[in-house]
Amino acid sequence: MLYRENGQFKSSYAADQQLLPIAQDRWFVIGLIAFAYLAVPALASDYMFRALIIPFVILAIAAIGLNILVGYCGQISIGQAAFMSVGAYAAYNLVIRVPQLNFLVVLLLAGGIAALVGALFGIPSLRIKGLYLAVSTLAAQFFIDWMFARVKWFTNYSSSGSVSTAPIELFGWTIESPVDKYLFVLSIAVVLTLAAKNLVRGHIGRSWMATRDMDVAAEVIGIKPLTAKLSAFAVSSFYAGVAGALWGFVHLGAWEPLAFNINLSLNLLFMIIIGGMGSLLGAYFGAAFILVLPLLLNQVPGALGVPISTALASHLEAMIFGGLIVFFLIVEPHGLARLWAIGKEKLRLWPFPH
Amino acid sequence: MAVLQRTKISAISALAGIAAAVTLSVSAPAGAQQKTPAAGKGEQFFPVLSYRTGAYAPNGTPWANGYVDYLKLVNAQGGINGVTITFEECEFGYATDRGVECYERLKGKGPTGATLFHPLSTGVTFAVTDKTVADKIPLITAGYGRADSVEGEVFPYNFPLMGTYWTAADILVQHIAKLNGGFDKLKGKKVTLVYHDSPYGKEPIALLTERSKLHGFELQTIPVTHPGVEQKAAWLQIRQNRPDYVFLWGWGVMNSTAVREAVATGFPRDRMYGVWWAAAEPDVTPVGADAKGYNGLAMQHSDDRSRIHEDILKLVHGKGQGTGPKEEVGTVLYTRGMISAMLGVEGVRQAQLRYGVKPLTGEQVRYGLENLTIDAKRIEALGLTGVMRPLATNCRDHEGSRAARIHQWDGKQWNYTSDWYEADMQIIRPLIRDTSTRYAAEKKITRRSCEAEMREAAKEPSKTPMAAAKK
Repeated sequence: MLYRENGQFKSSYAADQQLLPIAQDRWFVIGLIAFAYLAVPALASDYMFRALIIPFVILAIAAIGLNILVGYCGQISIGQAAFMSVGAYAAYNLVIRVPQLNFLVVLLLAGGIAALVGALFGIPSLRIKGLYLAVSTLAAQFFIDWMFARVKWFTNYSSSGSVSTAPIELFGWTIESPVDKYLFVLSIAVVLTLAAKNLVRGHIGRSWMATRDMDVAAEVIGIKPLTAKLSAFAVSSFYAGVAGALWGFVHLGAWEPLAFNINLSLNLLFMIIIGGMGSLLGAYFGAAFILVLPLLLNQVPGALGVPISTALASHLEAMIFGGLIVFFLIVEPHGLARLWAIGKEKLRLWPFPH
Repeated sequence: MAVLQRTKISAISALAGIAAAVTLSVSAPAGAQQKTPAAGKGEQFFPVLSYRTGAYAPNGTPWANGYVDYLKLVNAQGGINGVTITFEECEFGYATDRGVECYERLKGKGPTGATLFHPLSTGVTFAVTDKTVADKIPLITAGYGRADSVEGEVFPYNFPLMGTYWTAADILVQHIAKLNGGFDKLKGKKVTLVYHDSPYGKEPIALLTERSKLHGFELQTIPVTHPGVEQKAAWLQIRQNRPDYVFLWGWGVMNSTAVREAVATGFPRDRMYGVWWAAAEPDVTPVGADAKGYNGLAMQHSDDRSRIHEDILKLVHGKGQGTGPKEEVGTVLYTRGMISAMLGVEGVRQAQLRYGVKPLTGEQVRYGLENLTIDAKRIEALGLTGVMRPLATNCRDHEGSRAARIHQWDGKQWNYTSDWYEADMQIIRPLIRDTSTRYAAEKKITRRSCEAEMREAAKEPSKTPMAAAKK
């Protein structure tokens, strides 16, 4: 009744090919962005910004990047955190060595450097596939971890291997308060999501999906596996690099190589599996699920006033969280984004299903 | 469709089963948040960052129990001059990101916000150092944290009280020099540092490198990745290199694993020296009799007992309020947790002299910590005689005291095997100046001037603690 496109006629190709062809969807997304920009800063507390919302937005960017590689192009990677760390350390070195650069330029360059490194580590994907490729990206994870922990130049000869950053300045705007940080990362997330959406709709995205579905057939119809696979690696790593730079500069402020270890890579992979492979929305769902849910679970006993020890609370957190992962994967193996799509289908027929 | 329905139902019933298990286990003891009725002068909130789960739990748990028990003891004795302490624990499993989340969660609680933080993790210390300046909450890192944060001009809110890793490393080198009959005899000796591959383990390298250049001993550093249960490669290297001494900078299960590997490779335990975080009961007892002879630094105290332990047994454990098992009272890490809490409470007491007896903000407590004096008389009054040495902080020195002894495990208990050593500031000061200047440049911090502040304080006689106390 509410969600039905009756009467919405498309009279031009542009109208038919637009990003969100259904008017209700369009209004919903515009409303959501307006809510994120106007209502969230007024409603959320300091704690929610710093512990939940800002990391959620940044990890969603990284998850979108990984989803491009795994979900759209079908190349399994467990090295996304390593590419994030490339972005973070590239941004750190650019800022301390070329201090006059604008931070947006730094972000772009950091993403670019991560894209180069990503494409480099993507080369094995031309020969090996599936789980074997996953293992070779694991090598990237360990090598890059090792490099930032051992090569002192990258950390500016810090005695403990930990680096720290100054607050970001952008055209005279010092990004220091949680709200400022949130608006900054949100803007970048919106731009990058829009870019990703257009990429996957265009011919590049189609070549990725063709490669994912069957690489031999894709080659037969004239898609070069070299460009398709390497561009997926590069774009994915670009997103990771930008997310990594934001993770370091905006969220952490000071970090050690351990901040980008294999755990983060696996978490990002779980985000897109649970959120939904090959769906940008899924990256957001997955990031919320993996990042926010454990923190909420951890605080439920305290909020309810149940007197249990903190150790028990964290054991329970792990148990319930694990249980929920299994539950959602059984109910919908295609991820939360698929549940969302099913919900939309049902809503179209509501209230008179066949 | 029917099959799908059934799987859904069974999944739901499985969830219900989990929920039932949860409700059953809820009846477990020890409240996360402890509140005692206010004694009339308000409440001072102490956040407690602890780790009772994960690979570091064997060491994190006794420390947290000691910390919380001391806060309970202060309340049982009437609070901080009548101001009741409230506290809340947050479990972070020694994971830096979760530690930062706990910091954010607890920093605003209580009537005046968090009094101070004591994360017991060098990683968390690095991550929250600049946040504490913005939030105006002091960060006590007794025996750990950033070694360069001794410099109060650059790190106004960090307090590495009673020793940093540079202090620890310096004292270890002094000790082996003494064993060999002087610093000049160290030439050509081989020292291997086995360290936890994190900021914690990397901190001492700067000082050890400096010392090795100075005295001509050969330094080899071997990182061990988190959590430290896999050390075969590290000990193979030690076996090949045959160092004269091994320094161990480990934490949690890494320590007992290292001692076990030393037994397996036949490296004599009496030539191993652990930092004060690798020199407690959980590090040696799992190894059994073979750990005999293992040495470690004793940061102020070992497993000695003093009056305060009796007080805790009587006033906290005696009333059924004890946080951990009774037998734990008096162990190395328990006592260290207790002393860590004591430092914070004494800081509040000192700040009360200036700002009055009421709940104080973090900024006010910072003043107390920076002007903290715990002399022999105060130590006696606290019941800590023999457990700690006098300590005095100022704007240029946030460490307060930098002395330690060596103790050795005899299979049953720790025994002191050396006299007190004092870290050599002639060597450490220039390092502190270098790294803190670099930090200030990176963070674009303008140094405070301690001299100017002291002159300012001298001009306003009413602001001195003694005058405020008379009022």
